[in-house]
Amino acid sequence: MPKATKITKGPLKGATQDDIHEFYRMMLLIRRFEERAGQLYGMGHIAGFCHLYIGQEAVVTGMQAAITDGDQVITGYRDHGHMLACGMDPKGVMAELTGREGGYSRGKGGSMHMFSKEKNFYGGHGIVGAQVPIGTGLAMSNRYKGSDRVCLTYFGDGATNQGQVYEAFNMASLWKLPVVYVIENNMYAMGTSVERASAETELYKRGISFEIEGEEVDGMDVMAVKKAGEKAVKHARSGKGPYILEMKTYRYRGHSMSDPAKYRKREEVDDIRSHRDPIEGLKHQMIDAEIATEDELKALDKEIKAIVKDAADFALESPEPDPAELWTDVLREAEAV
Amino acid sequence: MPQMNMMQALTSAMDVKLAEDERVLAFGEDVGYFGGVFGVTRGLQEKYGSSRVFDAPINEGAIIAMAMGMATNGMRPIAEIQFADYIFPGFDQIISELTRIRYRSAGQYTAPVTIRTPCGGGIYGGQTHSMSPEAFFTHIPGLVVAMPSNPYDAKGLLISCIESDDPALFFEPKRLYNGPFDGDPNKPQSSWKDHPKGEVPEGNYTVPLGVADVVREGSDVTVVAYGTMVHVALAAAEAEGVDAEIIDLRTLIPYDIDTVARSVQKTGRCVILHEAPRTSGFGAELAAQIQEDCFYSLEAPIQRVTGWDTPYPHAHEWSYFPGQERVARALKKTVEFA
Repeated sequence: MPKATKITKGPLKGATQDDIHEFYRMMLLIRRFEERAGQLYGMGHIAGFCHLYIGQEAVVTGMQAAITDGDQVITGYRDHGHMLACGMDPKGVMAELTGREGGYSRGKGGSMHMFSKEKNFYGGHGIVGAQVPIGTGLAMSNRYKGSDRVCLTYFGDGATNQGQVYEAFNMASLWKLPVVYVIENNMYAMGTSVERASAETELYKRGISFEIEGEEVDGMDVMAVKKAGEKAVKHARSGKGPYILEMKTYRYRGHSMSDPAKYRKREEVDDIRSHRDPIEGLKHQMIDAEIATEDELKALDKEIKAIVKDAADFALESPEPDPAELWTDVLREAEAV
Repeated sequence: MPQMNMMQALTSAMDVKLAEDERVLAFGEDVGYFGGVFGVTRGLQEKYGSSRVFDAPINEGAIIAMAMGMATNGMRPIAEIQFADYIFPGFDQIISELTRIRYRSAGQYTAPVTIRTPCGGGIYGGQTHSMSPEAFFTHIPGLVVAMPSNPYDAKGLLISCIESDDPALFFEPKRLYNGPFDGDPNKPQSSWKDHPKGEVPEGNYTVPLGVADVVREGSDVTVVAYGTMVHVALAAAEAEGVDAEIIDLRTLIPYDIDTVARSVQKTGRCVILHEAPRTSGFGAELAAQIQEDCFYSLEAPIQRVTGWDTPYPHAHEWSYFPGQERVARALKKTVEFA
């Protein structure tokens, strides 16, 4: 069914049918993956912390479409979606959640700490905001090496109040580094709303005193994300320095699996779910544009559920890491002594 | 062979690595144009250009994080933290990020960053320019911690740190930059000129990480020290007429317990020295490990001579500093213990 032909009218204008199908597929993969992770958590197969990305799928899907192979991605702890969007294997991601040998960090990292050198994915960071200057350092290395690579540095609305974010903004702007700061504003830093934590709630303005351009984007609309992402990435790649995108998005689940989300009303969640859901939204646009039928999308859902089931099976079958793994990858010198 | 003071030796180490490895760069507050607060990077920007040796804004957290970002993408940055007392805004980056990425990525990424920082007192710096905070960093798995006591070791250890795939924190006892300091503030400033450890080869050589140096052989008591305290130990042992075996650890992580244990098994007595406060200082780790390894050889309680458990004072600097008198007293007490 998918085609390379460009869509010429309507909300999907400018994208190829292939692109749209890929966006839909990726967003659905992330959602089904996260639903399954939530189930595995409930069944006791995933322990500790597990922050689901459900609701925010359009952000990473649209941004990934705006970069090219070799560009880097770094993010915080709500990171499963980023990894799948980067093309990491759902099996390896799920097996890291269950703490098994087949996980991307052989079980040593868990939900918040996964990496893929092959896919230029730099984690997976559990300390709020700590990845922002690191992503800026990646951008610095790109410039030093004379490459035209760009680093997408994601962080949440909560992280925008961390001091080191502004240290990074200053350096990135001072040295015109190729970094795009993607603020995923899902309205709540754990249980604290943006209004209760931030003097300036329009987060895209946070770069003004560093002369960093910023804009607000509908983070529930993959096409809007892609369009804004392309502009920002082009800006950074062309040597003009950093760019800030504030993605207005929403997470349907609690902050983590142990969060009953009592700080917001059920109606708020229901309202966004029924009016702004990124997957449902794209589905209707695809059917309206006659580039997919209900039946085709149902078949795709089935296919994705099978991929996720395989990932879950792998994550449960993969053995626990050898206890000797506890002492490896700490310090090369100590291992040698 | 050329004579160098410790600053020149450190500059030479960076010069060597900048010249031979394009992945190496040096940055930090006042590092580029100014040449470093103590002049350790002087001349390097002129030689290697401002893309490889440059100034950073005053933001220690982001300096360390930027270095880590670069290092994970294949570079070998040398980041200077202007005074060891300034490192704490970067503490989180060191603990949570820099030293853990190898572990939590199961070896996919490493962060070969070298952080250089001047430490220690003796220059009337007061509370925020005199600290020896090494113990905090020895408590972090995944970090090499080094502290040289002389120009030769300084250059060789710094090159080892830069060439290591592990992140390293390199403490430079600033009281030793210009000459060996034996703890007596009333003597004129000594010089590295004519000192055997002031002879420093021009090119690349390394001093291995995790190998201590026995700077004086002896049979009465083992003295374990590092940095400035190595020189205080030598002077105190001589003044007291004690035949001490003095060990310069050179690196705290990894530390050469084998050399220390062998010595204590021989002498049966041990005094540990450091300039940092006593409680939970690195001496506590050493004492614990030595008693585990040398219990049946010990003939006296292990003594520690350290800074007091107070902030580093301005007015009474030499009452705080564990000078020759305190060291000599501990040597005597330990040797005479029956």
